[in-house]
Amino acid sequence: MNDSRFVYVTYIRTTPEKLWKALIDPEFTRRFWNETWQDCEWKPGATWRLMIPDGRVADAGEVVEIEPQRRLVLRWRNEFMPELREEGYSRMTYEIEKKGESVKLTVIHEMERGGSKLIDAVSGGWPMILSSLKSLLETGQALEETKRWPKGM
Amino acid sequence: MAPCRAPLKTTRNRPCGWVCRDSALHATVWLHIMVGMDGDVDKVFKALADPGRRLLLDRLRADNGQTLGQLCEHLDMSRQAVTKHLKRLEEAGLVATIWRGREKFHYLNPVPIHEIAERWIGKYERGRLRVLAELKKNLEGKSHE
Repeated sequence: MNDSRFVYVTYIRTTPEKLWKALIDPEFTRRFWNETWQDCEWKPGATWRLMIPDGRVADAGEVVEIEPQRRLVLRWRNEFMPELREEGYSRMTYEIEKKGESVKLTVIHEMERGGSKLIDAVSGGWPMILSSLKSLLETGQALEETKRWPKGM
Repeated sequence: MAPCRAPLKTTRNRPCGWVCRDSALHATVWLHIMVGMDGDVDKVFKALADPGRRLLLDRLRADNGQTLGQLCEHLDMSRQAVTKHLKRLEEAGLVATIWRGREKFHYLNPVPIHEIAERWIGKYERGRLRVLAELKKNLEGKSHE
């Protein structure tokens, strides 16, 4: 297969409204996503940037598709690691679906090239961030490991 | 009737929220929620209890994102058996699938195994850290003697 892809499915005891807010709102993302926040107007074609707390840009791109509480597709390029940046743009999709008392969240991060280092890197990062998101929404507490931006990174 | 304010053990910092008249009823509700959660864990363990299904997970671990056809290659199982196993794995949340055009790709989903690790193994991990902390305290204590 000539592409790289990360797929993650988790069920969270929450509502699509709360999950959407948690994925977008800086107040939430700072808590489960290593203190980062997203700078974006959240409309099709808008510039999207994932901001590191010290002001650097971690990743950047644009909103490809947006359907609040259901679906978000971002064009996504790493900005702060040269060997990842040179791979160019990837595509990240959130799909949100209500399933009984829970919400099914599917995260697909993919790139049209085999053996992508970016997809390899995010495959290590997403599970911790998404577990922390689930903990935050279900218990009010994010995981300790994701509360701070990693030192020296 | 007001919702029960008794703490729910499965969700920290949150009241139960069900209509429980007394603590016994609260315990029953809590037990049901636990059983509900274990229902999902049952599915995971049952799915993992079969060597054929574990082999499929190993194949996905080695090369994530395969179609049914790709998974059937080099396997001593019928296409029907693989289809059935994949369905069980998907129901347990161990495999996630996505469609790309007319092809369905299968991915190893790390979530249920991570949850098992959090629930049981994480506890031992914490215990080990405590032992190490004790050891450090003892050793450092001795060096001051």
